[in-house]
Amino acid sequence: MALYSEKVMDHFRNPRNVGVIEDADGIGEVGNPVCGDIMKIYLKINDEQVINDVKFETFGCGSAIASSSMATELIKGKPLSEALQLTNKAVTEALDGLPPHKLHCSVLAEEAIKSAVKDYYDKNGIEYDPADFPEDHDCEACHVH
Amino acid sequence: MFVYADNAATTAVSKNVLDAMVPIYTEVYGNPSSLYSVGQKAKEILEESRERIANILGAKPREIYFTSGGSEADNQAIVSAARFGEKKGKKHIISTKFEHHAVLHTLQALEKEGFEVTLLDVHENGVVTPEQVADAIREDTALVTIMYANNEIGTVQPIAEIGAICKEKGVLFHTDAVQAVSHIHINVVEQNIDMLSISAHKFHGPKGVGVLYARGGVALTNIINGGAQERGKRAGTENLAGIVGMTVALEDAVAHMDENNAKFEKLQDRLIEGLSKIPYSELNGDRNQRVKSNVNFCFEGIEGESLLLLLDDKGVAVSSGSACTSGSLDPSHVLLAIGRPHEVAHGSLRISLGEDATEEQVDYIIKSVTEVVEYLRSFSPFWADLKSGKRPHVFH
Ligand SMILES: Cc1ncc(COP(=O)(O)O)c(C=O)c1O
Ligand SMILES: [Zn+2]
Ligand SMILES: [Zn+2]
Repeated sequence: MALYSEKVMDHFRNPRNVGVIEDADGIGEVGNPVCGDIMKIYLKINDEQVINDVKFETFGCGSAIASSSMATELIKGKPLSEALQLTNKAVTEALDGLPPHKLHCSVLAEEAIKSAVKDYYDKNGIEYDPADFPEDHDCEACHVH
Repeated sequence: MFVYADNAATTAVSKNVLDAMVPIYTEVYGNPSSLYSVGQKAKEILEESRERIANILGAKPREIYFTSGGSEADNQAIVSAARFGEKKGKKHIISTKFEHHAVLHTLQALEKEGFEVTLLDVHENGVVTPEQVADAIREDTALVTIMYANNEIGTVQPIAEIGAICKEKGVLFHTDAVQAVSHIHINVVEQNIDMLSISAHKFHGPKGVGVLYARGGVALTNIINGGAQERGKRAGTENLAGIVGMTVALEDAVAHMDENNAKFEKLQDRLIEGLSKIPYSELNGDRNQRVKSNVNFCFEGIEGESLLLLLDDKGVAVSSGSACTSGSLDPSHVLLAIGRPHEVAHGSLRISLGEDATEEQVDYIIKSVTEVVEYLRSFSPFWADLKSGKRPHVFH
């Protein structure tokens, strides 16, 4: 069996929504170079609180790039409230699964989206429950430091 | 184009080797321990193989033990020295930080039993010095085990000099020569080696067969218990076809070593020159003191697994020391040992050429790596930060 599903390889080889949004309404970045994965999400959000556009940049393995791509697909055109519900599990399922030791590489997608939404709330003075937003990626999975 | 450039991982069995193996399976299939002719014929071939391998290494036939490969040979060498030393109250072992896991994990197991292990630092160029070994040897040192050539960065250690120091101090010396035996002329006597490990599949022999050389007088401890094969030191019906294949493969490798090395040297120069043109990249391991078929680079701002998956799409089979290819969460212990920071160790690439490699293939590798690195950097937020100066570069 191959390491990755066809779906993962497709999103890895042809990532959707790659790039930068210069005038983004919210930007989230999680991970760090020491751990070997960084993901950055750019959101364009309209007055109805709907994600009009989303782009990502990722430094990481095949699983990290594919999860970034899939996650952006899953939230594009969706209301913020829905995007915030996106879980790592949903991303993994949409990719037809990931090898167990690769799951931690896909967690960043969920975290990066939350971080970008939080950035948008902060910039616009919108109130939110901090409990909905996890602290920055805590490196629990990666025991390198 | 398809280029297999991961010969340090494993190699294709050569036609010569396969041709020598097939009749063992179909004609001389007897058990070497059986007394009838087809068994005794097998026994004869087994002992002839032992003699041929001994000749190549400058050893005596009775010093050659056939094993299931490099890992088993490493395990047996280390455990044997530990058990022998233990009896005399010697429970200290010296090795290096960048050994193969077959060595490191065996040492870890001994540590749990109460052995003390000193892992020598490896210099930035990927070489340990004889002085480091001399300084580390103690009254209670039972063994020094240092690899001949590193499997990731290909750096070659001063084995003869280290062996001389061990000899002088009366300490057993083992070397894992799995990555060296087909690239460097080895003579166990001249190079003061007490024990040495070899694995056939690294030089166009079959997988699952190897050699432990143990100098006469070195007491071996069994890892595999059972029948009296291999002079009682390694049980199990001999993998004769594998042993014959390994013998032919080793003879071929050694016979063509000088001409292969001359060819590799040119290709290595070309590869290093070509890959050095990629901005913010650097060769890992000493430029000269390395196996001629090995090139290992780090590229800033990218991750190794995505690099090698995209290279695979272009038909280039190579490997990486990134955390995400190792199945663990840490990048290669070898790259960390030579002082590469985590963030660049994730972006490493190992190219290990085969004897049939051509200039065209090398140029194709350079072109493919350059394109993929550039592509991955185009959407790497880490690279963006390096470019904008938000994070400092490691290389220049
Ligand atoms: C340096 C070194 N030692 C030991 C081994 C293990 O050899 P084998 O695969 O035959 O067990 C390898 C190969 O993976 C190696 O490169
Ligand atoms: Zn990963
Ligand atoms: Zn971490």
